[in-house]
Amino acid sequence: MADVNRGNRPLSPHLQVYRPQLTSVTSIFVRITGNGLIVGALMVVWWLLAAATGPEHFATADAVLRSWFGDIVLFLSLWALWYHSLGGIRHLIWDSGRGLDLKSSYTMGYIMIGGSVLLTIFTVLVI
Amino acid sequence: MRILTARKRAEGLGAAKSGTEHHWSMIVSSAALIGLIPAFVFTFGQALGGTHEEVIAYYQRPFPAIVAILTFLVGFIHFRGGVQTMIEDYVHGTRQKVLIVLAICLAYAAAATGIFAVAKIAL
Repeated sequence: MADVNRGNRPLSPHLQVYRPQLTSVTSIFVRITGNGLIVGALMVVWWLLAAATGPEHFATADAVLRSWFGDIVLFLSLWALWYHSLGGIRHLIWDSGRGLDLKSSYTMGYIMIGGSVLLTIFTVLVI
Repeated sequence: MRILTARKRAEGLGAAKSGTEHHWSMIVSSAALIGLIPAFVFTFGQALGGTHEEVIAYYQRPFPAIVAILTFLVGFIHFRGGVQTMIEDYVHGTRQKVLIVLAICLAYAAAATGIFAVAKIAL
C-alpha cells in the first residue's frame, strides 16, 4: 500500500530551489562555526604546548599566531566562538520549551548576528 | 504466553539509540561553556602578545590555568559530541564509523595536549 504512489509524491523542498530563511541560515552557521572552531582551538593548544616546551618552540608558535594568518584565524575564531555561544544559548532556551514560535526565533536570530559582532568588537578592543 | 513484555521487545530497536544521553551531554557541556568561554577568552587574550616569560608567569597563576584546563576538557568533549552529529548527518556506512572514531580521537588528543601543556607550565 505504501508503494502505490511511488515516484509521484510531493517532494520536500530541494536546497537549490529553497529560499533560505534567517532561522535555517543561523542554524547552519551554528554548525559551521562550532566545527570550524577546531582550527583555532588546535592553534591555541599548539601555542600553549610550545610555551610549555621551551622558548625556541614558543617563538615559532607565537610568530605563527601573531602573523597575519594567525590574526585572521584567531579573529574569525573569536567571532565564531561568540556566535556559537549565542546559538548555544538559543538552543538551551528552545530546549526549555520557550521561544519556539517564529517571531521569537527571528528575534533571537538577529540577536545572535548582532550580538556576536558586538561581542567580537568589544573583545578585540579590551584585549 | 509471552514472557517478554512489549516494552522489552521494542527497546533498542529505534533509530535514535542513545540520542537522549548524547543530547543531555551537549546541554550540560554547553551550559558549562557559557561561563568558561568568556573566562577563557579574556584570560587567553591577556596572555597572548606577551613574551615567553610573561606567558609562563601568567599561566602559573591558578585562575587562568584552571580556566584553560576546564575549557579544554569541556570544550573538546563538547566538540566530540557536535562533530559526531555532523558526521552522522553527512557521511554514512563504514566511512561514517571511521570518521567518527578519528574525530573522537582528535578531540581527546587535543584535550590531553592542552591540559598537559597548561599543567606543565603551572606546576
